[in-house]
Amino acid sequence: MLLTVDHVTNYTYDRPVRGVVQSHRLTPSRFDGQRVMDWVVSVTGGTMGGSFRDGAGDFVQSWTIAGPVTEIAVHVFGQVETADLAGFLKGHRETVPPLAYLRQTAATMPDVAIADLASAFTPADILGGAHVLSAAVSDKIAYAPGTTHGATTAAQALALGTGVCQDHAQVLIAAARIAGLPARYVSGYLQASSDGMAHEAAHAWAEVFVQGFGWIGFDPANRCCPDARYIRLGSGLDAQDAAPIRGISRAVGSKGAAAENLSVTVAIAAQEQ
Amino acid sequence: MTSYFNEMYHAEGLRDPYRWLEPWSADMPAGKRRAKQAEAEALFRRIGVTFAVYGEGGDPDRLIPFDMFPRVFTGGEWAKLERGIKQRARALNAFLVDVYGRGEIVRAGRIPAELVYKNAAYEKAVVGIIPPKGVYSHIVGVDIVRTGPSDFYVLEENCRTPSGVSYMLESREMMMRMFPDLFRENRIEPVDTYPDKLRRTLASVAPPKCEGAPTVVILTPGHFNSAYYEHSFLADLMGVELVEGQDLFVDGEFCYMRTTEGPKRVDVIYRRLDDEFLDPLCFNPASMLGVAGLMDVYRSGGVAICSAPGAGVADDKAVYTYVPEMVRFYLGEEPILSNVPTWKCGHHDDLKYVTENLADLVVKEVHGSGGYGMLVGPKSSKAEVEEFRARILANPANYIAQPTLALSTTPTFVDEGIAPRHVDLRPYCLVGEKIELVPGGLTRVALREGSLVVNSSQGGGVKDTWVLVD
Repeated sequence: MLLTVDHVTNYTYDRPVRGVVQSHRLTPSRFDGQRVMDWVVSVTGGTMGGSFRDGAGDFVQSWTIAGPVTEIAVHVFGQVETADLAGFLKGHRETVPPLAYLRQTAATMPDVAIADLASAFTPADILGGAHVLSAAVSDKIAYAPGTTHGATTAAQALALGTGVCQDHAQVLIAAARIAGLPARYVSGYLQASSDGMAHEAAHAWAEVFVQGFGWIGFDPANRCCPDARYIRLGSGLDAQDAAPIRGISRAVGSKGAAAENLSVTVAIAAQEQ
Repeated sequence: MTSYFNEMYHAEGLRDPYRWLEPWSADMPAGKRRAKQAEAEALFRRIGVTFAVYGEGGDPDRLIPFDMFPRVFTGGEWAKLERGIKQRARALNAFLVDVYGRGEIVRAGRIPAELVYKNAAYEKAVVGIIPPKGVYSHIVGVDIVRTGPSDFYVLEENCRTPSGVSYMLESREMMMRMFPDLFRENRIEPVDTYPDKLRRTLASVAPPKCEGAPTVVILTPGHFNSAYYEHSFLADLMGVELVEGQDLFVDGEFCYMRTTEGPKRVDVIYRRLDDEFLDPLCFNPASMLGVAGLMDVYRSGGVAICSAPGAGVADDKAVYTYVPEMVRFYLGEEPILSNVPTWKCGHHDDLKYVTENLADLVVKEVHGSGGYGMLVGPKSSKAEVEEFRARILANPANYIAQPTLALSTTPTFVDEGIAPRHVDLRPYCLVGEKIELVPGGLTRVALREGSLVVNSSQGGGVKDTWVLVD
């Protein structure tokens, strides 16, 4: 499938900031399931900083924007040809040992309820067990935007029983790690279909490492594994660690940080070939 | 009753290295000693060497007690220590490059994969990075205890930002001012070359993108940090800028410091700040102490960070038990210095032994430092031992245990005169293009009679450490 991405993130500040530094993970991963045809990231007034591919295989590009500025737009535009690999991250070059993804973070720190959820896992059949876990997360958390926020932890989301893709992914990660499976947070895009099933164009899901198979994607928010509708950008231990854009602004003077307003528009279109 | 090795007197009488100090100390009546002690304290107070002690309250500008009785090694004793320390520093750096690279030591089954990769100090953000000259840990502080004439044990390493070297330098300075005769009568190796060696070590690991003479800075968390004095002291002696995070900024591919003449590119950062606070865009987003974007500059070769982020996985107390194995694996040599036998409470058999012998053991937290959160079995009450047992059982993997070592003693000035007190030693090994060690280190002394805890936070003091020219 040929997917076209048009993603704009606008930052506005209530007073001019002295400068902004951002670290981007906004370039699609290179693996058998996706091929980048065309990809441009631009930042208004931005200077490109260092760029590299990190040990997890993600393309990282840093930007600095000299102030004073009150508005910054990060524009991502490109085309990616995707294939349905049933969630398998085949042909992805990375060197971080999977065991490094067994560590919980503040956002994934499990509680008793998550440990309970993890007990659904059946070690005899790891791949099947991972599917069971993912389905259990889908059952426990209903999709309800606005009920959680960026800093909601996995334990809080599970207690609430509602959330968005970030919450689904973090709860699955937390439970998988208890079950002894390396797991990580993946950020990317999803082409929302017209049947009303798929949620959120700027999307997130989880990957679980299964010995003998490698990393496999699970999207509990949509009760499926990533297919040709998905574009993978990068991964991390939790949502914050995998964020496509991490940035910080420097205030003018010593009055503390300027208030930041964020607006995001994402359009993902599929072209029939 | 345990017997302790006395570094000045043995069964046959006075040991050779202390030959000159016996008449010197005998010629020190109480009045003169008190006057000298007061002089030393006034000097320390004037130059501002203080040490804030965590969790003890009281005077945050407390002085570390200084004992005037030097601790002495022969050139021969030191030669062995030096070879042993450099060997470990080489092995630890080889280990760090390996576990952030191919992980050969793990593949070879010589260290458990989980211990390395699940470790909280293992930093996946630097996987695949080989820092300039292949060095992750540029200053390795090695804590050594002595139990006999030629018996030395390494208690632990600090591969991140070992502190205390300013006390090594100041103690020497103090002794030379107060007792210049001693330094005329004895041939004592100098330690004042340390700042210059440190500066050269840091300059030798400038990043690939550095052109010309590298600009080196020391990055401090600020004046409220307990080691701030040392940060400014070293910056002064090296002739480099002391900066805080807010003095640095990232622009494009490089990191700059603000100066009165405009931005100046920085090539090497000797940071005295934990990984977690280095860069809010890579680590703790709430950190106000670091530099936003610094890790991207580092990872794309625009700046060197010393110690390199991720170095902490080599000085974890559970990883420590494998250092002799690292020496064999990477260097193909037998370790010159011994480890202290260590039981890992995360292992079932070890846990059983530890809980059955708690009263005889020293138990430490795997990630602890500064002498906090530890149990010294023989010095603890029954209630303290029982309370600690509960803590171990609640989270066994968080603890290791070691036998109570018979730390050597050296003569120390006390209220009643001169008495033996237990000591340890922390030399500072510099690793860059070359591996260097100034002959000496920080000798810490447990001033309380019978105490085996030398940490300055627990009532320890410091002494000048001499290495004699044989």
